[in-house]
Amino acid sequence: MNHDTLSAAQITFLKAHKRQKIRIHFYRFAILITFLFLWEFSAYKGWIDDFIFSSPSKLLLCCYHMIRENQLFYHIGITLFETIVSFILVMIFSLIFTILLWYSKTLTKTLDPYLVVLNSLPKSALAPLLIVWLGANYKTIILTGMSVAIFGTILNLYIGFQEVDAEKIKLIKTLGGTPTQTLFKVILPANASNIIGLMKVNIGLCLVGVIIGEFISSKSGLGYLIIYGSQVFKLDWVILSILILCCIAILLYGIIGLLERCQKNKT
Amino acid sequence: MEYLISCQHMFYTYHTLQGETPALCDMDFQVKPGEFVSIVGPSGCGKSTLLSLLCGLLQPESGKILLNGKAITKDCSIGYMLQHDHLFEWRTVKKNILLGLEIQKKINRETLKEADDYLKTYGLYDFKDAKPSQLSGGMRQRAALIRTLLLHPNLLLLDEPFSALDYQTRLQVSDDIGSIIKKTGKTAILVTHDLSEAVSLGDRVFVLSPLPATIQAIVPIHFPPEFSPLQRRNTNEFKDYFNQIWKELNLNEP
Ligand SMILES: Nc1ncnc2c1ncn2[C@@H]1O[C@H](COP(=O)(O)OP(=O)(O)OP(=O)(O)O)[C@@H](O)[C@H]1O
Ligand SMILES: [Mg+2]
Repeated sequence: MNHDTLSAAQITFLKAHKRQKIRIHFYRFAILITFLFLWEFSAYKGWIDDFIFSSPSKLLLCCYHMIRENQLFYHIGITLFETIVSFILVMIFSLIFTILLWYSKTLTKTLDPYLVVLNSLPKSALAPLLIVWLGANYKTIILTGMSVAIFGTILNLYIGFQEVDAEKIKLIKTLGGTPTQTLFKVILPANASNIIGLMKVNIGLCLVGVIIGEFISSKSGLGYLIIYGSQVFKLDWVILSILILCCIAILLYGIIGLLERCQKNKT
Repeated sequence: MEYLISCQHMFYTYHTLQGETPALCDMDFQVKPGEFVSIVGPSGCGKSTLLSLLCGLLQPESGKILLNGKAITKDCSIGYMLQHDHLFEWRTVKKNILLGLEIQKKINRETLKEADDYLKTYGLYDFKDAKPSQLSGGMRQRAALIRTLLLHPNLLLLDEPFSALDYQTRLQVSDDIGSIIKKTGKTAILVTHDLSEAVSLGDRVFVLSPLPATIQAIVPIHFPPEFSPLQRRNTNEFKDYFNQIWKELNLNEP
């Protein structure tokens, strides 16, 4: 759109829209600052016990020390690594598996009840078992992360594959296409936004799964820090880890959001 | 062989767990090369089923369909235009019309050149990099036709290709597409709900009975060959043909 072809009313509208956006950003920021300030102030005045509730300044100090001791980034790195690996594996395996299901109706019908049961199982219940079977190492944690997301992803992907317009598939057939061509020319492109949507859900689920795994077994990672911190009453560690988890979630979500925007621009 | 298609005592039944639906019953007809046949019939009588059989997506339960005297197989070149254009939103217009060539691995310098020629002839060249949603209904239909024509089909099957368009566009597009098909000398079979469309485009009109479909009447349409579909609509005979087909269709109504 060209700016000098816009009418005056349109320009006023756009300006109002921009002002509104700035205002919203300002309010968001104001809430954060007010919250931090109240937190710090009430800890300073002794209204809340900063041993249990900590305070922004204590957290900063704690953060500084942990960075000095090369601990913080190590734990963040471990959790991030486990989350990303389990996320990537979930996406790859569920895509492959769903494609197999799509090729064979018999396989789908046979496995359907198993998938439904596995999906509705509370996956955190599996974690202790996995640890006993596979030992307390990062592979188990990755598997725990995967177990939380994979079954739901397969079910959702399969539904997405089934929802593709039958007439579009007929079109490929009338053009002489094979099932594999149908897959690549219609099914997968038609599901692109569905896949990105699932990625958004899964990155969060994998993070949850990984933290559960770390709670139970690990000797490193933010989940370990939270559990260990609460046991030795280092609540600064616990709260700091939780805040960092928030940041990680936002970061990972943002990356997928970028991918989504790329895909939207393409279609 | 003087017939392009010869359909001999063909039957087809759908089988589902709910029971069986006989869809086609003793279909028997011939189509000459270069002929334009319109098919009309009540809703749900088996028109789409007939086209699916003609292009080999379904196999007849008994009877035969011969194309140039041979049984229909996968690699017979038959173009099928479905009710909706089904242009893919994730492809540009040009990529959409190349879909058929891509699937049959026939993309090369000549076919690409031909695609460009078609786009130019039918006024889509300026939109070749646009998304399908940026085209009007008529343009989309033309793009779908080009996608079919690029495969050089011997036979064109059209399943209510204009039904998604509003009335005015529909008149234009059916005139437009009808003329394109006549000019290229293709044999075509058009299924439609619209009797005036059937008369304005067809050389013969097949009237089908309600389910299970069988051919109830064949109405030959005689107009001077140079008449365009719109010119046909303006003649007096047009109304007569219309009424004749209307009567045939309503024979079965109580
Ligand atoms: N896959 C299928 N399984 C079972 N029955 C079917 C199937 N497809 C169609 N039928 C039945 O066969 C009959 C003919 O269907 P068909 O789609 O050929 O009709 P049509 O004349 O094209 O209808 P319309 O005018 O609505 O396009 C219908 O009664 C329908 O219920
Ligand atoms: Mg139909």
